[in-house]
Amino acid sequence: MGSKTPLYDAHVKAGAKMVDFHGWDMPLNYGSQIEEHHAVRRDCGVFDVSHMTIVDVEGPQAQAFLRYLLANDVAKLKTEGKAQYTSMLNENGGVIDDLIVYHFSETSYRMVVNSATRDRDLAWIEKVAADFDVTTKERDDMGMLALQGPNAAEKIQKVLSSEQYAEIDGMKPFVGKDVGDYFIATTGYTGEKGYEIAVSAEQVEMLWGQLMEAGVAPCGLGARDTLRLEAGMNLYGQDMDENITPLEANMGWSVAFEPADRDFIGRKALEQKKAEGHDKLVGLVMEEKGVLRHGQKVTVEGGEGIITSGTFSPTLGFSVALARVPASVGDTADVEMRKKQVPVKVVKPGFVRNGQSVL
Amino acid sequence: MSNIPADLKYASTHEWVRDEGDGTFTVGISEHAQELLGDMVFVELPDVGDKVETGDDIAVAESVKAASDIYAPMTGEIVAINEDLEDAPETVNNDSYGDGWLFRIKADDSSELENLLDANAYEASIDED
Repeated sequence: MGSKTPLYDAHVKAGAKMVDFHGWDMPLNYGSQIEEHHAVRRDCGVFDVSHMTIVDVEGPQAQAFLRYLLANDVAKLKTEGKAQYTSMLNENGGVIDDLIVYHFSETSYRMVVNSATRDRDLAWIEKVAADFDVTTKERDDMGMLALQGPNAAEKIQKVLSSEQYAEIDGMKPFVGKDVGDYFIATTGYTGEKGYEIAVSAEQVEMLWGQLMEAGVAPCGLGARDTLRLEAGMNLYGQDMDENITPLEANMGWSVAFEPADRDFIGRKALEQKKAEGHDKLVGLVMEEKGVLRHGQKVTVEGGEGIITSGTFSPTLGFSVALARVPASVGDTADVEMRKKQVPVKVVKPGFVRNGQSVL
Repeated sequence: MSNIPADLKYASTHEWVRDEGDGTFTVGISEHAQELLGDMVFVELPDVGDKVETGDDIAVAESVKAASDIYAPMTGEIVAINEDLEDAPETVNNDSYGDGWLFRIKADDSSELENLLDANAYEASIDED
């Protein structure tokens, strides 16, 4: 028996197929994951992401702590509520977790980390925090929903008061704000516009019910995976882990080497890796029949690599994948599928944005 | 519990077989199998005229989750395939015992049907999984 989010009963009632996800009983789909996928690309869908871990960081040294703990630089965040994609690395530069950090002030931040790595993350955060004048607090009193899709603004308007909606109307991407009892952020994991909404565990069920009444499609982990993969977003544990640096996982842009005098955990290892050269994460596209899958071998110019995530893309109608390959990779590759070598195109990781192909 | 029609026969590998009464047998995959696989995205079928033997892997059902081989439940010749699945593979999910059929075999020996499971035996085999 796994952990249950406050929405467990609501999922079962909505006909969800429940599966174990790193110790949590979570909905895989509510019938058809492809229909859920299309709902998010074309209209609006909602995911229960209450299993994700929220950690609040406060104290006089909150900024100094996070500048040391995280590979991106929180000092770049100047405005209240601004969010940043970043990662926690070990001394070898391997990714302990990827996460989003929100800046409220130089003494107050919020991190949202993965559920799969919760215990390890919390232990690491505690350990590093011991040398700083900060307090860290896991907000397990909160649940979280991700409302995603081109009509997300219209749908959230139906469940907020007009005063509340005015607070977030026109809010830029990657910003979070307290609105009444809600923490509403313009973030997500789908490549669509939308919101992630954190609220007390008691209230999340009511919010879910209101969104159902507003005609929002409930969406499960299956659609979440195909949406994030179309958007070229990494899944922790699959596209990167403790043995992979951000440089090899298309996350180099989220590592701040400047200013050069900022020390952060893993910095030395990353600088060395950068100097030596390293594999990179690319996108693969296969327009013929068949589906690229995690673990398939990829042959490219100058060596071999592996598919880290692969799927059928419901938006494109063919298969796409992320693969880690030698940097010498050209425009094409061969993938070993069911004992045959199949030619595929090599592209930047990222296939669909805002409902449209970016190929 | 998924639907297992009593008038069909089943292979332990989750194919169903319908005796059409004219020496031909229609084959699909069970509702249980499509539930396990999830949304179907491609179905690769054999060609009409192919000679197949019991146990040969002759088709592939590829879902969002996995590619799964489909085995010939009887020896014979493929006399029809469900071409509609090319554009609408989801029919296998939506109507696995009807419009989601895969192919039809003209059996060399119709009595081979006796070797397959009846609905009760198939249900028991699922319960063991």
